[in-house]
Amino acid sequence: MIDVGASRLSEVEKASSHGSAALCFSNVSASYGPYRALFSVSFSVPAGSVVALLGANGAGKSTVARVATGLVPVTGGHVFFHGTDITGWSAWRIARLGLVHAPEGRSVFATLTVEENLELDFVKSAGRHRADQAVERAYGFFPRLKERRRQLAGTLSGGEQRMLSLARVLSVPPKMLIVDELTFGLSPGIAAEVFSSLRALKDQGCTLLVVEQHVHQALAIAERAVVLAHGSIAYEGPISEMGDLAERLLGGKTAS
Amino acid sequence: MSQLLTYVLLGLPYGCIYALIALGLVLTYKSSRVFNLAFGAQAYVSAVVFYVAVRSGHWPIWAAGLVSIVVVGPLLGLLLDRLLFRHIRVAATVVKLGAAIGLLLGIPEITQVIVGTQPQDNPPSLFLPPSWVFKLAGTRVNGTEVSTVLAAAIVVVGLWVLFRFSTLGLEMRAVSESPRMVELVGVNSGEVSSVAWMLSSLLAGLAGVLLAPLFATLDSYNFTLLLIAAIAAAALGGLASFPWTVLGAVAIGVAQEVMTGYLPLNSVLASGLRPALPFVVLILALLFHPGLRSSQDEGDPLASCDPPPLRAVPVKAHREHLIDLSLPSLFTPLVVALAIGSCLTWVPQIWVGVITVGLTYATILLSLTVLTGMGGQISLCQATFAGIGAFAAGQLATHLGLGFIEGLAIGAVLAGVLGLLLALPALRLGGLALALGTLAFALLADNLLFPLSWVGNGQSGVYVPRPQIGPISFAGTRSFFLLVLAVLVICGVAIALLRKGTTGRFLAAMGGSEVAAGAIGINVHWAKMTAFVVSAVIAGIGGAMYGSYQGAVGADNFNTLISLLYLVLVVTFGVKTVAGAVNAGLAYAVLDHLLASAPSRFGGLAALLFGMGAVAFALHPQGLADLFTARWKDQLDRLRHPWHGRETVEVS
Ligand SMILES: Nc1ncnc2c1ncn2[C@@H]1O[C@H](COP(=O)(O)OP(=O)(O)OP(=O)(O)O)[C@@H](O)[C@H]1O
Ligand SMILES: [Mg+2]
Repeated sequence: MIDVGASRLSEVEKASSHGSAALCFSNVSASYGPYRALFSVSFSVPAGSVVALLGANGAGKSTVARVATGLVPVTGGHVFFHGTDITGWSAWRIARLGLVHAPEGRSVFATLTVEENLELDFVKSAGRHRADQAVERAYGFFPRLKERRRQLAGTLSGGEQRMLSLARVLSVPPKMLIVDELTFGLSPGIAAEVFSSLRALKDQGCTLLVVEQHVHQALAIAERAVVLAHGSIAYEGPISEMGDLAERLLGGKTAS
Repeated sequence: MSQLLTYVLLGLPYGCIYALIALGLVLTYKSSRVFNLAFGAQAYVSAVVFYVAVRSGHWPIWAAGLVSIVVVGPLLGLLLDRLLFRHIRVAATVVKLGAAIGLLLGIPEITQVIVGTQPQDNPPSLFLPPSWVFKLAGTRVNGTEVSTVLAAAIVVVGLWVLFRFSTLGLEMRAVSESPRMVELVGVNSGEVSSVAWMLSSLLAGLAGVLLAPLFATLDSYNFTLLLIAAIAAAALGGLASFPWTVLGAVAIGVAQEVMTGYLPLNSVLASGLRPALPFVVLILALLFHPGLRSSQDEGDPLASCDPPPLRAVPVKAHREHLIDLSLPSLFTPLVVALAIGSCLTWVPQIWVGVITVGLTYATILLSLTVLTGMGGQISLCQATFAGIGAFAAGQLATHLGLGFIEGLAIGAVLAGVLGLLLALPALRLGGLALALGTLAFALLADNLLFPLSWVGNGQSGVYVPRPQIGPISFAGTRSFFLLVLAVLVICGVAIALLRKGTTGRFLAAMGGSEVAAGAIGINVHWAKMTAFVVSAVIAGIGGAMYGSYQGAVGADNFNTLISLLYLVLVVTFGVKTVAGAVNAGLAYAVLDHLLASAPSRFGGLAALLFGMGAVAFALHPQGLADLFTARWKDQLDRLRHPWHGRETVEVS
């Protein structure tokens, strides 16, 4: 058991020593109490690239995102971020490394105002004195947020809340961003706006792992795809080589 | 007018001290979702440390104050957070309350074990001495009062600045919404909530040291009352708003003094209502504060990262054994039969007596099995119901010459009626609010009902006869044991039947989720009322049996602390099963008897042990006894079917 782990480890170290992988899962298993959700999942996200994480409902996409950022504990295997073994790290330490996770559903503090939400973010990522500049920059991306700066974030519309989440990362781009169904429930127009924001982030050199139900749009900005099925990897590789898997996913998802 | 001002000025220091604890309650409730009833006990600890340092250690006041408030207070808070409360943030309310009550009961006992029980008279004051008197608007104000108000004012302003302007304050507010999401922006939420705990424990310590000189001696009971007033203030603030909490606390303190001034002296109103005011306020706040009834909790958006909670008891236990004695099925009846046979023959009378008391406790605890175990409703006033049963049986026998059994029946009905009356307002409450409401109710009964000569007759108590059914007398120890056992079995079977029937299913559904139960067409109100009435009746019966065994009982046998002890007992041993209640009752009686001859400083050791038991339970919410039997059964299963049960359940 230990031997296998060690040999995998060296493989991974080899891979990450090339400096190519921003995020690397090596035989990662995870479970919620007694319920296992991931079974020995291995994949890597090359630095600076955009990877789409696809799969049916319940396949384990959100769990991958949570494991990567330390919200759900790893029960087996290793997670690397830019060559650092972050297995078992607590979420706040991982966040400070520059791996940011916009979780599924509401991802803003409902009981804080818009401005306080932004401040909370930037005090840690940009330091106290530069926080104000960062907040102003965030308003620059979405002027609508500035109008509502004193409003409680919980009273924003779903789309505005998503803007708030995006504004934080656009203002101070992280090394890597994991977005989990950021466009869920948004109108097509706003969803397109979200995707163009993501593209802007990519152009600034931010690595992206995108969990999406809008498969065609996700595939349009991504270079590689990871497909999960029942908690295991079904496909990992460039989008061009996906073949009819993409068609099947596209067909399945758009029909539903 | 100037007279009114006098009373206002007198009440102000009390109000300020209430405010300190109340702020701590709100702070920790917001940052860790734990309603820490132990703050009263923590205040007591700091006060004792201060007293001992000054009076025995002859330390200078400032050093004693520094150690007791700034060192001991926060340290205790940090310990509680690290060792206990942070692990039970998402646990069920009954678990969290059980742990806090365990500490409330246990901490003063530990303190007494350490410093002894000699009275601590004339506590010193922190800043200005009470001898320092000056006149304000025609009223004499002494130094203790001035320093109390000043200290509280500084703290309140400091907290306001902290929360309004500092990063730490912002982080604390964010943690109160979702500790996980805070971690995602790179903040160590564990550290932030530790700070909240240390801060609120510091407030509690300060309150304790400030409060002490207002009384003639240090007595942990005063600190419990302080806690209740603070709870009322926190409820006025909706467990969320700091300014309203402070205002509420000051208003309660002032109103108490004003009432003392204007109510006729020596009337029941003056002697009973003044201390009872916080309880009345608490009940009213719970009933009418919109924020408390419908929990305004925004909910943690990342709650779905947690695995589903452990079931408190394996489902099998419900289905297969009506009265699950939690031991292998053939073995148990044999042991029980042997034990009963022994009690009827050779066991010394004194031990039969101890076991009898244990069985009466068990009967009372069964009332919590119904209400809390089956219905998920937490009651902190079961001793009140038990008291009603005992006092009714005693009073009816003394004054009307009724037999014990008739008295018991009437007492049980009275308790049931009271249960119904309590259920009506309780229909609007749930979870923590219900627990606090019943707590206030129990305290009201302590102060207004039980002192009455026709109810509990205060400290003098009431005589309760031994039963006589037809020609058979149950005055003898062994025959009375048999009767108590029979009553317990009847109650146990009644509960088992209730659980099996429709109402039991409804209750079980309600225990899961009241809203969901209502949504699928279960009459939640009806089920809740049934649970309350049945529970009150059983408690009344158990109380009457207990009273009959003791021969004479008074208000002290059924006061609020006893109610808290009941919850802790039953929580420790398993609130879901009849066996849990029986084990708890027997264990407490035996331990209490063994400790009766110990030196006085160990007198409260039983309460301490069970308090700690509840704390241990909070960390293993399956119930300690259930946990051990579950493990044992698991081992057995593995031996029998080695290929089963090893793999974790796979979900795909
Ligand atoms: N808190 C939890 N407790 C137990 N099991 C969970 C929990 N959260 C998720 N699961 C299970 O883990 C598996 C993977 O869930 P996950 O949320 O990762 O799926 P997903 O791919 O994100 O699905 P969706 O597209 O619906 O968001 C599912 O089978 C789910 O039931
Ligand atoms: Mg998901």
